Amino acid sequence: MTEPRMPLLAQAPGTAQLAPPRTWVRFSAAERAARWLLLVVLLAAVILSIRHVEVIPEFLWDAPAQMHDLLSRMWPIDWSFYGPGVHQPLIETLHIATLGTVIAIVLAIPIGILSAGNIVRAKSLNLLARLILVASRSVNSLIWALLFVGVFGPGALAGTVAIACRSVGFVGKLIGEALEECDIKAVEAIRATGAPPMTVLAKAYWPQVAPTFWSVALFRWDINVRESAVLGLVGAGGIGMALDTAMNLFQWDRVSLILVAIFVIVLAAEVGVTQLRKRIL
Amino acid sequence: MAALAFRRRPAVWLGWLIGLAYVIYAAAQLDLSWPRFLLGLDNGAKFLDRMFPPVIIQPDTMAKGLLESLEIALLASVLGVLLSLPIGIMGARNLMPWWVSTPARTGVALCRSFHPVIVAIVFVKAVGFGAMAGILTLTVASIGFIGKLFTEAIEEISPKQVEAVRATGAPFVSLLSYGVFPQVMSRFVGFASYQVDSNLRNSTMVGIVGAGGIGGTLFSAFQRYDYDFVCAIILAIVAMIMIGETLARWVRRILDVDAKSGDD
Repeated sequence: MTEPRMPLLAQAPGTAQLAPPRTWVRFSAAERAARWLLLVVLLAAVILSIRHVEVIPEFLWDAPAQMHDLLSRMWPIDWSFYGPGVHQPLIETLHIATLGTVIAIVLAIPIGILSAGNIVRAKSLNLLARLILVASRSVNSLIWALLFVGVFGPGALAGTVAIACRSVGFVGKLIGEALEECDIKAVEAIRATGAPPMTVLAKAYWPQVAPTFWSVALFRWDINVRESAVLGLVGAGGIGMALDTAMNLFQWDRVSLILVAIFVIVLAAEVGVTQLRKRIL
Repeated sequence: MAALAFRRRPAVWLGWLIGLAYVIYAAAQLDLSWPRFLLGLDNGAKFLDRMFPPVIIQPDTMAKGLLESLEIALLASVLGVLLSLPIGIMGARNLMPWWVSTPARTGVALCRSFHPVIVAIVFVKAVGFGAMAGILTLTVASIGFIGKLFTEAIEEISPKQVEAVRATGAPFVSLLSYGVFPQVMSRFVGFASYQVDSNLRNSTMVGIVGAGGIGGTLFSAFQRYDYDFVCAIILAIVAMIMIGETLARWVRRILDVDAKSGDD
């Protein structure tokens, strides 16, 4: 996290020798230089990217016609396909998201605790835990899914494990940070009674991090519903597999039905989480 | 202790029981069983064996893919930031009449509601395979994220400064630049820097559906069973994202933006 900045104390020795500036400037010379440098680097990068990136203009002019074509194929929506082909995968998607979140939380709690420097005093363990968390977050859930399809074969198992692997980093990082921000007083009070470490965790840390914990868990579940809906594109189960099949067969009226279904389920999850958060937090 | 808690709050324990029952039911529904998991681990060992040591089979393709991912992330972030600035202002109900804010908010909500991969599929159909589809996809994602948070930030500002500026008879642009922006700009920059991070992550993935970047290279290596190349690409992606995170942290420090933890 950010170290508290103390401009007065930190700058006093350096600026004391200088004559006080006649006009007030917002940033020091170094800060201004850094900002300019940042701007120049950013501009240069943007210009280089625009020149280098491959864009085929003919395709771009074609876009409105293509979109029109796509929409006309998607309409009218094939509602009758919902019963036989969409309902079951949709429920499977929800199961993948929920189970993945549960597994992620179970794994994230010990790793989060290990990553908190104020609980586990061993620097090497902290670093190891943080490395695991960063690695988990750096790999996109679709890429995780790709790997686990290789390991477990196509299906919901790969999707669930992929969701879990991606979420561990997110949940663990936020749990670890919440633990590090805990007030030490309650911890010392419990420890002073001679309580064993598990009791200190349960009675001193847990009450302080519980609200964060539940809100992180709900938030991640919401994200996971979105993500599990597309994992099927790489074969990891759920509604995405139905989407992939429909697209490969150019059944665009079914694609639009599946997109509507995903939209509704994502919206429902978001509304549900918001309501639940209001209710319990 | 547990017995005491049980007597005091049976509802909590009931909740845990229902949760446990659900987990078992869902696992059964998904056909997740222990033998299957063990079989998977067995396969996983073979899989890992083929992944290590990682080999960069096509260095040129990989470098090109990584560079393209970077370019997609950068251009999409710039476009997204430029577009979400006006859209975010338009969505703020304390500055705009309802007939401006409602369409803007609806647009932002639509941008948020679909996963980037799905947006990417649509754009690949619209503008063809390649980086352009990726750029447009992540631009949409950026508008969805920055636009929403920026609108919320503007709605939380103190109205005093705005009214003071308005009382001088200032035109709308001055109202924005003297009454509104000073209160929200640092948060806007913060949101934007997080979106850059997120775009970088997603730019490595949109290639799976053909929208350019390293994802396409990864997916084709996977389909060719070149697992050692897959491993090399994934390691490169992780390294790139970690470097990106560090750079974003530097930028936040240079710009002196409040660094709250965030992800995705």
